[in-house]
Amino acid sequence: MLSDGKNEEARVGDSPGNAAISVAGLWKIFGSRARKVLDSADKHLDPAALREKTGCTAAVRDVSFEVRPGEVFVVMGLSGSGKSTLVRCLTRLVEPTAGRISIGGEDVRAASPARLREIRRHQVSMVFQHFGLLPHRKVIDNVAYGLEVQGTPRAARHARAAEILTLVGLDGHADAYPDQLSGGMQQRVGLARALAVEPRVMLFDEPFSALDPLIRRDMQAEVIRLHREVGKTMVFITHDLAEALKLGERIAIMRAGAIVQLGTAEELVGAPADDYVADFVRDVPRDQVLTLRWICRAPEPGEPLDGPELPAATLIRDAIGVASASSRPIKVVAGGELAGVVDRVDLLSFLSGQETVVRAGA
Amino acid sequence: MSSAAVTTPARLGWPRWAAPVGVAVAFVAAYLLFRGTGTLPHDKEAPQFLAVTELREWIDDHRNDNPLFLYFLNYIRLFVGGLYEAFETALYALGWPGVTGVMGALAWLAGGWRIALLAVGGVSAFGVLGLWESSVDTLALVGVAVLLSLAIGVPVGVWAGLSSRVRRAITPVLDVMQIMPTFAYLAPLALFFHIGAPAGAIATMIYSIPPAIRITALAVSQVSPTAVEASASLGATRWQTLFKVRLPLARPTMALAINQTIMMALSMVVIASLISAPGLGGDIIRGLSRAQVGIMLPAGVAIVIMAVVLDRMMMAVARRDPHARPRRLDLLTAGALAAAGLALIPVLPKVWPESLTVSLVAEVNDAVRWAEDNWFTVTAWIKDTTSHLLLNPLESLLTSAPWWLVALAVLAVAWRVSGPRPALTALACLLAIALLGVWEHTMQTMTTVAVAVLVTLAVGLLLGVAAARSPRYSALQRPLLDAAQTMPAFVYLLPALALFETTRFTAIFASIIYAVPPVVRLVEDGIRAVPATVVEAAVSAGSTPGQLLWKVQLPMARRAILLAVNQGIVMTLAMVVVGGLVGAGALGYDVVAGFSQRTDFGMGFVAGVATVLLGVMLDRITQGADRRPSPRKRKFT
Repeated sequence: MLSDGKNEEARVGDSPGNAAISVAGLWKIFGSRARKVLDSADKHLDPAALREKTGCTAAVRDVSFEVRPGEVFVVMGLSGSGKSTLVRCLTRLVEPTAGRISIGGEDVRAASPARLREIRRHQVSMVFQHFGLLPHRKVIDNVAYGLEVQGTPRAARHARAAEILTLVGLDGHADAYPDQLSGGMQQRVGLARALAVEPRVMLFDEPFSALDPLIRRDMQAEVIRLHREVGKTMVFITHDLAEALKLGERIAIMRAGAIVQLGTAEELVGAPADDYVADFVRDVPRDQVLTLRWICRAPEPGEPLDGPELPAATLIRDAIGVASASSRPIKVVAGGELAGVVDRVDLLSFLSGQETVVRAGA
Repeated sequence: MSSAAVTTPARLGWPRWAAPVGVAVAFVAAYLLFRGTGTLPHDKEAPQFLAVTELREWIDDHRNDNPLFLYFLNYIRLFVGGLYEAFETALYALGWPGVTGVMGALAWLAGGWRIALLAVGGVSAFGVLGLWESSVDTLALVGVAVLLSLAIGVPVGVWAGLSSRVRRAITPVLDVMQIMPTFAYLAPLALFFHIGAPAGAIATMIYSIPPAIRITALAVSQVSPTAVEASASLGATRWQTLFKVRLPLARPTMALAINQTIMMALSMVVIASLISAPGLGGDIIRGLSRAQVGIMLPAGVAIVIMAVVLDRMMMAVARRDPHARPRRLDLLTAGALAAAGLALIPVLPKVWPESLTVSLVAEVNDAVRWAEDNWFTVTAWIKDTTSHLLLNPLESLLTSAPWWLVALAVLAVAWRVSGPRPALTALACLLAIALLGVWEHTMQTMTTVAVAVLVTLAVGLLLGVAAARSPRYSALQRPLLDAAQTMPAFVYLLPALALFETTRFTAIFASIIYAVPPVVRLVEDGIRAVPATVVEAAVSAGSTPGQLLWKVQLPMARRAILLAVNQGIVMTLAMVVVGGLVGAGALGYDVVAGFSQRTDFGMGFVAGVATVLLGVMLDRITQGADRRPSPRKRKFT
């Protein structure tokens, strides 16, 4: 999992103003009367009522978040929840109606068209759901396209493109045309094109939802590998919860244009903010997401404390083996101090989905 | 909303058909009551006509001192004239060996040896038919017109493809241009640009520019939005995205735009002969006006050959594998062909040798006479039956009804089919026709159009459904339809004239065979476009083939069928007007008379305007239908 290295990186980016991307109060309303809606109380209507009343559609509603440098930030939601509009607002491919966006400390909404192009050319690049490859160009020229529009000479951009093709595992396909490649390989080209301009931030708009499940798994592994190798900040849009949990260090769940919960996979599964999120995460295998921190309890008087010791960040699933090897309660340790204990009964009742009952009884 | 539509009749307590029937009864009663009053008989000396004739006299007198002409229109005329002369001079300098070689080389590059063979054979055929010089003139005229159309149309089309505002502004103009019968362009152009090759080239250009704009705009706007977005997301400027993404991706479709433009130009270039443009059209017009198929057949064949050769060349370009580069062998062969042609210029005579031509005038005329003599009973029977049962009653109905009643009927029908706005436009067109003083002739033309459309639709629907249901029959019919759509409109008058001489019926027959192919194609495509899953579901529910057709396929193909109706009407009108040359009378004849007799210029001009108005009116009556998904929605949108 990605989460291994995240703590150090999170600490580096934690100081305010140092975020790779920060978004505050972002609105996007489609329709000719967008500004009017924004200035009135109508903007708080629910989407259907708003459309009925004003003819406008609020795709993104008052969204704020920060992405730390080097983080993989996932935005998850069902289709129509505004997540694709949100990611397009970040580089103003879709012009936001209101709000503040800064990337690398620079105010994106205030940027002139020329400056905005500079940001798109050098800072942020994007991978698209339907690839967006240029069918009339060879793979190498597709990858080199971003460099071409920057004005890089042909030899230099081809050399760079060839390097990137190797990085994404497309050696030997430089002279093919996109329609001669499989879907997974086409998306590798899309990935390579986004990487070739050496951006600081990469945006992924449901990049793998058009792919077969097996190929999707490969590509997810590929992204994890690339993230480890090149360490870019990534904003990843998906409608697939499993994908979100697999890739995301932090996940924002969107519904009807607004973020309903933002947190780590563990927080979403362990403490869903509302029924909507709870419904979403219901089928997630909890023992694979939650850690001992979520189920440990204070030791009861007289309970033996000489059992095996495990860090609080251990996945519950990984504690099962330890518990079956020793009948003593497991000591859960956080920061060198005892955070609580977990015994076999706790684990079994958690696995059977009844932990609250047991806690009430304990 | 469906519940509202269902409950409406119940609430009123009337059957659904009551309102239309009531209205129809009211119209019949009004007709019987007011028949013969409020008619607008034709007057050859109407003041509207005389005013236009006088305007022309004035313009002819002041062509060289009025600043508008002196500093603007005359320069355009000179420029286009110069361009035409350059083309003509170049083609003549090449001579027939050079033209054959160069065309062969281009065709080879476009599509390999088959197309090259076709091009060489086609170009030689011009000589064999004894029409080398007229063919070269036509080719030059088409070349100039297409060049100008593309020079103006492609940039405008790109602009329209990029900006929806421009597209919205241009679309109505193009719509009107496309339903304008060819004749209507000529009189105003003669007024502004005099007659001759430049005016002919400009008329041809105007006629052929709509597809250049429309298809280019479509090609540019249809480019995958993700590709465009991806380009923008990498920081490409608008120009970079245009030249590196949009235009390359639009290229195959733009080849179709060029092809359509050429085909339209070939259609128009013949008609431009009416304002003394040079070329093959002259022979065709001469043959038509003398009702001699023998004179027009070779020229008609030459036009068709030219159309087929150019069409196949452009289609080969459009269909070519986008990734393929021309191979060296192809380049070498093409070069050799061109070089051989050029090398032979000094050796061979510039003019096609007389001994190699075949003249068929006498034989064709004899054959036609034979057909007329032997088939007379059949053709006369068809002609007379249609005239007595359909044409005459309808015509007397329309001409004896008061003008206001006809106007009301048009308003009612258009309102019901297309909604209020198109209805008001249609009404305005009809009232303008009444004011122009060509009411009676317009009603006669409308009669002819109505009958032709009726037959066209019946035949078209039948063949379209047959083709949609039987793949084998469709495979048989497709190449015929393809060929029919490549042919210039005029060619259809040939067999009609051979069978029915110069009568009203000739125009009807010609317009039917002209309009049936697109109708068949639209109907067939519409039925085929019904999703396979829906058909499968209907079959699995136990539908018979008949039920499948009536309950699923035809209702779902409604839009395509209504579009076919609309197209059929517009095309029929265009042909019926051209039929004025071969005895269809009414508006078409007025237009022709306007060109041949100076004193009738005004009448011809006004009749031309009336054909446009009639076209717009008929289009508006029917066009609304295909934009509406279902009749239920009508009340709520």
